[in-house]
Amino acid sequence: MGTTIARTLDLKGLSCPMPIVKTAQQMKELASGDLIEALATDPGSVADFKAWCTATGNELVEQGEVDAVYRFVIRKR
Amino acid sequence: MATDTLIAPAGATEEIREHVPHGKLVIIAWSGELDKVWPQMILATTGAAMGMPTTIFFTFWGLFSVVKDQVRITGENWMQKMMTVLDRPGMEHLKLGKMNFGGAGPAMMKHLGKQHGVASPNELLEIARELGVRLVPCQMTMDLLGLQPEDMIDGLEEPAGATSMLLEAQDAVTLFI
Repeated sequence: MGTTIARTLDLKGLSCPMPIVKTAQQMKELASGDLIEALATDPGSVADFKAWCTATGNELVEQGEVDAVYRFVIRKR
Repeated sequence: MATDTLIAPAGATEEIREHVPHGKLVIIAWSGELDKVWPQMILATTGAAMGMPTTIFFTFWGLFSVVKDQVRITGENWMQKMMTVLDRPGMEHLKLGKMNFGGAGPAMMKHLGKQHGVASPNELLEIARELGVRLVPCQMTMDLLGLQPEDMIDGLEEPAGATSMLLEAQDAVTLFI
């Protein structure tokens, strides 16, 4: 399992459902265990990334917010 | 069986969910108004993104959103044609369920959508196709409205009926929008 981020997604300015849809699309190109970083400004994404990880079995490794930008680090299952 | 054995321990749901195959999502797309077609598309793309095998069944007014935008009038007889004269089919021509204001409402709504980074219904439909959402037109409504296969957008499944959809909907989350 890697500890470096394999890919960063800039999802700033996008509303539901695009942050999740774009993350799911990118996820397909990654290998199991890879880390992906998603940056979003949609406040709904905080609940939605958690729900999406629960549904898909991907692991939400890190989650935070700096200056209204939400950051999620997800490990592909 | 004692009642307490039926109560799952805290945290069990998430554990179980990870090991259960993804549930299906079936959307019965009945409405042809922008403010209902939009959520049809949002939920379909989200379901597919969550790994749910997703099907949209387009029936009644819902079928008009999968008619090609450039097709002006559809139908074989004057009654069918009149419907499309009064209510032009195609995703780009959908009206709002309320506050339509002769087309000004949808234009404002789409403008607001762009401002807030909301993908348009047509963009979402394209993404739905990319994510493998099955788009199934209702055969009966196609006959009723006089819609021909060449009137419809590319990428649709073969038309089907209520039985196929109810079979598909077994053990699925089913939404009627």
